[in-house]
This record gives sequence, structure tokens and C-alpha cells, in this order.
Amino acid sequence: MAQPVALSPSLSLTEEGVKQSLYQKLGGTCIAVALLALVAGAAGAGRDHPALFLSIILGMFTLGAIAYALPYYHGESGIRNNGIMFKSMTNKGTAAWILGITLTGFYIIIYWYPTLFEGLIRLFDPLSLLLTGAAANQWFLYGAFYTLAVLIMGIRFIGRYRHSRYHVIRTISVMFFQLGFAFLIPMFLKKLNEPEFYFSYFWPLKYNYLFPDDVSSLISSGKLGVFMVFWGAMMTFVATPILTYNYGKRWYCSWVCGCGGLAETAGDPYRHLSDKSLKAWKIERWMVHSVLVFITVTTILLWLNSYYKGEILGAVSGTFSSAYGFFIGAIFSGVIGVGFYPLMGSRVWCRFGCPLAAILGIFQRFKSKFRITTNGGQCISCGNCSTFCEMGIDVRSYAQKGQNIVRASCVGCGVCASVCPRGVLKLENGEAAGRVSDQPITIGNNNITVHL
Amino acid sequence: MPQHIVIIGNGISGITCARQIRKQGNDDITVISSETEHFYSRTALMYIFMGHMKYEHTKPYEDWFWEKNRIKLLKEHVTSIDTKGKKLVLESGNNVTFDKLVIATGSVSNKPGIPGIETAGVQSLYGIPDLELMHRHSIGIDKAVVIGGGLIGIEMAEMLLSRNIQVTLLVREDFYWGNVLPKEEATLVMNHIKAHHVEVKTTTEVKEIRPGSDGKVQSVITNKDEEIPCAFVGITVGVSPNIALARHTEIETDRGILVNEAFETNVPDVYAIGDCVQHRDPPAGRKAVEQVWYTGRIQGETLAATLGGKRTLYNPAPWFNSAKFFDIEYQTYGTVNPQEQAHETSFYWEHGNGKICFRAVYHKEDETIIGFNVLGMRLRHELCNKWLQEKRTIDQVMANLYQLNFDPEFFDRYEKDIITTYNQQKGRNVLVKKKSMFSFFN
Repeated sequence: MAQPVALSPSLSLTEEGVKQSLYQKLGGTCIAVALLALVAGAAGAGRDHPALFLSIILGMFTLGAIAYALPYYHGESGIRNNGIMFKSMTNKGTAAWILGITLTGFYIIIYWYPTLFEGLIRLFDPLSLLLTGAAANQWFLYGAFYTLAVLIMGIRFIGRYRHSRYHVIRTISVMFFQLGFAFLIPMFLKKLNEPEFYFSYFWPLKYNYLFPDDVSSLISSGKLGVFMVFWGAMMTFVATPILTYNYGKRWYCSWVCGCGGLAETAGDPYRHLSDKSLKAWKIERWMVHSVLVFITVTTILLWLNSYYKGEILGAVSGTFSSAYGFFIGAIFSGVIGVGFYPLMGSRVWCRFGCPLAAILGIFQRFKSKFRITTNGGQCISCGNCSTFCEMGIDVRSYAQKGQNIVRASCVGCGVCASVCPRGVLKLENGEAAGRVSDQPITIGNNNITVHL
Repeated sequence: MPQHIVIIGNGISGITCARQIRKQGNDDITVISSETEHFYSRTALMYIFMGHMKYEHTKPYEDWFWEKNRIKLLKEHVTSIDTKGKKLVLESGNNVTFDKLVIATGSVSNKPGIPGIETAGVQSLYGIPDLELMHRHSIGIDKAVVIGGGLIGIEMAEMLLSRNIQVTLLVREDFYWGNVLPKEEATLVMNHIKAHHVEVKTTTEVKEIRPGSDGKVQSVITNKDEEIPCAFVGITVGVSPNIALARHTEIETDRGILVNEAFETNVPDVYAIGDCVQHRDPPAGRKAVEQVWYTGRIQGETLAATLGGKRTLYNPAPWFNSAKFFDIEYQTYGTVNPQEQAHETSFYWEHGNGKICFRAVYHKEDETIIGFNVLGMRLRHELCNKWLQEKRTIDQVMANLYQLNFDPEFFDRYEKDIITTYNQQKGRNVLVKKKSMFSFFN
């Protein structure tokens, strides 16, 4: 047992103080086997039996993760956050650094040195042949791991929040969209020699879907390609404002989007690491809106250039778009966005970088029926809501004043409302008028009315 | 000329008062506390212990907030008050002078006179020092006893369980929190406590705490002569106003620091708010000593208005409170007594799963509503508050029950079942509305 530690206000407890269950030890064993198979396979050992190695890797990862999730399905259900601030993996300890560096390295290799993964990619050939009719490449490998992560960590998340139907439905939704719309359908389209199109992503998150080159190549690919262009434009310009007006940006960010899907499932153990300071909020607003301006300007430049057949702008617009692809598409959304989960939280990309989130956020803040309602004067300022807000919103600062929470960045995950020990918060779509309470009252005091 | 307002205590009462004074004007404000440098939420202590949050997460304002709002924080212990010289003597030997003094020193844990209460491993839970002590006391142990069937008792049980320590909860009354909850609610909560593998012993008191040869607690002996082995004893038998500072001054005290409805003590320019206060004339239906977070906040707001120049009386809206018993949330609005008073009657509904219930208490004569209790279900504070003040009848409440619900989207709704049960039990004919297919959209 651990010795008493000097703990002063930040009560610290060593990892030994947090007991691991038998399930978790079993899970750890499975994951170790999967990692060994992965390393051996990547080194070339799986050349003759790719299907076997692939089955071991995917099977053992799945089993291991499920074993870790099993305790959440046992006994009484409720909020189970014990020990999060003590564990090395969830409290930026050594384990978190190891995972963070590994994930970051994985992204760097996938993006820029895929040949290093040649042995591993070959293991995915059987699955890729089955789904796409072609040999695997690094993007197939990436898509398969990504989807697997959403699925198995989704099972974990559902177990954690099985008492809340909101979370169960929402998590099944992100699992469904990732598996179907962001993996199986595009792969199957490829098999049919149709464009590999992701129906659950659109401009400006999937920025090239409205770039002239992509549009013209889709249109020239046939009727389905024309529909894809139509679909993308409809989603960006018609569906997005309507759905966001009615339900807030959550309809996309925590129900459909693959980036959000990964954050909500695989990123859940790290949601509390988001920075809640006022300073971070200021940086967030500058950054995310700058990215939106950048991609909008890039898109307009590309269309102008296309219209004038490259005569006016020459190579400039191309430079713009490849710069965007490199800095925002690869480095920001991948390397930092996911690689830094264990150190900066699960929604770094969504909060600071995603241009679609920026647009949805502007709608949500100024023209939407969505809000998080604060239940009168019941807030006890405990801080659970703010702590577990993955977007770094200081939810408590609103709740303790009896104010509704109407914020551009809120993805409507609903975890603040679940971790609140007093049932103070409720996600609602109500009348758009009056949802922002600038002069709130905390109910309970009849002689004092207004006090912000 | 700005006056210097000094507030002793940086809990919810003192801090709310300080913040609201600042909003109104330019006075100099000093808040003195020996517990922590900054305001933190005492209600979150259990979550620090269980590893849901760290201490810094429990601070409702960032550290720069205080300087920016010119609220001076002093981490010092006040040893005495000189009401005539209008100054405070600090432990460091320094003095602080004031124009107006606000005492918001909170409360202290009650310590029953049980032999062996001073044994190592026996403690209460009120502040950060207690939390550190509890952390040290609970390392490497596997059995604990918690004495007291109230809110802190169940929190302590949950805290200990989070560290895999087996807990026996000793309750003096017949039921858990029997001096507040009616029997049905108390039973529901007790069943839930047991489902979490906490042993609950009712009508049980401790007559002795026994130390082992190492000086640490080894067991407790109950009034039924049962010896329960344990390495930790939590004492959670309520709190009392912390009046230590006022006791040897001209400031009148009884159980608490005595104040009128404007929170003025008998000494001019000396006020008191929050847990440490005893009202000379409590508002109708309210207790003289109120020790919850919400009343502390309301009192802080009220006094700030007075100190800002507009003398304001304490006029709280209907009582409300909330808690969480392991996984079951509890809310109460208005007055629900553990036993029905002569002029009251009530309607109680419980879900078949034994985890959700609804109670409405109303006048026998005019059938106006007096109070609500809910477990495992959330009600809208704003509406409860309104309906209680408008003195709606029970039939009106039932007919509009659908509006009252504050549960999350997609959750099961129970109005139909509740109203049907009400109609059957009370022989009424309140219309059961059909649930719209799309009700979760609005």
C-alpha cells in the first residue's frame, strides 16, 4: 500500500491506491497480445498469414477494450468518475505521455512516411480486398483503426452512461455514422468504381468537396457523382442552418461527425483535460474563426482561379489550398487534434480548428432554439460540469448565476448535465426568444431580483 | 469616501456578499480566511477525495478574478474582534481595522460526547484540513464506520467506498435521515444505500470507540452491545454555528450569532450571515438556524444590498434543497415534513423500480400545495417556486404536471402513471394528457 503522501489542496493519490479489477488485468493482457501481433506483423512476420495476424490484432484490441468496459455494465448505474484525477493515464502522467507520443508518431508516419507501415498495411489486404476490391493503403489502415476505436470505445461509453438514454442513443448514432457513412459506404463505393465519397462530411470540414477540381471530377464521374456534389452543397448551405436552428450544433458535432465521434468515444477518458480559462476561450475564438476565414478565402480563390482559367491568380490559389491541407488538414486535425488527446483533451481540433464547428457555432449562438437550461437556484458551484466539459466551457459560471448556457462552442454532448450532482442542467430546444438571460435571477430570494 | 468592509470567512455567504458589494460600488473589501487562499466550493469536497476533481476545479473563479474586482484576500486567522476600536486582531499579530464587519464564519462539526472520540482515525468532514486527514486515515484500511444518518454521512460512505473500504452506516433514527425525510423516501434511499453494499444499522448509536494497541481506532461498541471492527470512524452528526469569535465580545449569541432580519447584530456596523447565524425572528415557516449552501448565498446577496446603502430585509422565497444519495438525486421545494402535520395531507407515487418517487404535500382544507419531494426525478425550480407562491391547488398541479418535469431528453416520463395513481388514490378526475410523439423535441 502507498505511504501517506503530502497532499495539500491538490489531494494526490498514487496509482497503487486505485485498485485494478480482474477484468482490467485481462483487458491489459489482450491489448498486450494485440500490440505484440501488431509489431511482429509490421516487421514482416505476417506476410504469409495476413488474415490470421489481422484477426489477432483486431480481435484482441476489441476483447481488451470490452474487458476494460465490462465493469461499467455491472451493478448500479450512475456517474463513475472515481480516480480519474489520480490515474497516470487520465491525469497527464507517464502513461498519458507514452500514449500521446505514440498516437502523434502514428499520425506523422501515416501522413508523411507511410512506407514505414508497409508490413502493417499488408496485413489489412484481406479486409481491404473484401471491402474495396483493392489492396490496402495507409488510409485504409487508418480508417479501419479509427472505426474500430469509435466502436469499441463507444461500447465503453454506453456502459458508463447506460442510465442516460440521451447518451446511449447519441453514442449509437456516432458509431453508426462512423461505421456506415465514414467507412463501409465509401469503401464499397470504391469497389463499385464510384468516387470514394463520405456523405457524413461536408465543406468546410471536408474542404475539398467544394473545391473546383473535386466538383468537376465528381460531376464527370457520372450521375452518382452529380448527386454527391448536390448532397454536399445541400448539407453545407441548406441542412446545416435548418438543423442547427432546431437542435443546435449537436445534431452534427456529437451525433454524426467522425471527429466528434472519436472524441466522444475514444476521447472520453480525456474530456476533463480541456482548458477552462478565460484566456483559452479568447484564443479559441481567434483561432477557429481565423481557420474559417482562411478556408473560405481559399475556396473563393480557387473558384476565381478556375473561372479565369488560372490566368489571374496563377499558382497562388494552389499554394493556399495545399498550405491549408498541410497545416489545418494534417497537422491540426490529425497530429495535434488526436495525438494530443491524453495531454490536451479530446476536442482540441473541434474547439480551436474546425471551420464547420465555427459556422455551426455562429448559428447556435445567434440563431437557434438550443440552450442548456439552468434549474433556478439549485447550483452548488461544485464544478463537475466545467471540469467534464470537453469544449472547455466554464459551465458553472453560468449555472451558479441561474443563467442559461448559450455558447457557440457547445457541442451538446450532455455530459455536464449528467455529472451535475443536483440535476441543475437540461439540454433543450425551446423558444428561440428569451433563451439568453443576460439579467438572470437566482430563484430563492424575493427581495433581490437582478444580480449578474 | 469609500468605507472598508471586512468579511471574515470566504465561504459561499462571505464571497457572495463581497461580490455583490463590488457590483454596487467602490467600497474597500477585504475577505479574511485561514482555511484557503481562494474561495472553493465546500460542496465538492467529496469529489476531490474520490478523484473526480482536483482542488483547483472546485474554485468557481479564476485566481486573477479577485485582484481584478478589487476584493482583497487575506489568508489569516482572526483571533479576536474589538468592536469598540473597530479592529480585528490576527494570529500573525497584525491588526485590521474596519468600518463595517461581516461575520461569515460558517459552522463547526458537532462532536458527540462518546468515550474514545479523540482516538486517531475518528473525524468529521467539514473543510480541506478534514479532507487531508481523511485521506491519511483511510490509506491501507478496509473497514470503516460512519456515525450519523444525514447528508454528510452518506457522502462519507460514498467517499470511503470509492477507495474500496467497506462501510457500516449507523443511524440513530428508525430510517435514514429520518428527521427530514418521510418514511417512504427514507426507505427508498436506504434500499439504494444497501444496493451499494453499505451496511445500514438503524436505531443504532455508539456508546464507545475503542482504540487498538497502536492508539488508532479498532472498533466501536453500539448501544446494542455489538462490537463493530473498523479502522476509521466518521462522525457526521450535524454542524453548529461557528460562534467562537463572537463569544467573548459584546456581540450577542445563542446557538448562533443573533441577527435581525437585516442581518444586523446587536453591535452597530457588525453583521453576520450564513451558517453562523441565528435569526431572532425567522421568516414564517423558516428555521432560526439555516445551514445550507443556498441560504448562505441568499443571505450574502441580501446583506450586500444593505451595505450598498439600501437596507434590505431577509425575504427568502419558498424553501428548496437538493442532494444526491449515491446515484439517486433528491430535490425538495416548499415544506415537506417527515411526519404529516394535522392540517396536511400528501400524495405519494413511487415507480416500480423503487428508485423514483414523487410526493406533493397540500392543505387538507383548501388543498393548496405546500411542498414537493422528488427522488430520481427532476422538477423545474422556477415553476415549483411560482406555484407554491401562487398557492395552486393539488388538482391544478396535477393537471399541469407535464410542465414541471426537468428530466433529460429521451428519458421515460411518468406523468401519466402519476396522475392515474393520483386519480385512483384520491378519487379525482384529472385529465391525463396524451404524450406527444415528438415531446422530446420541445
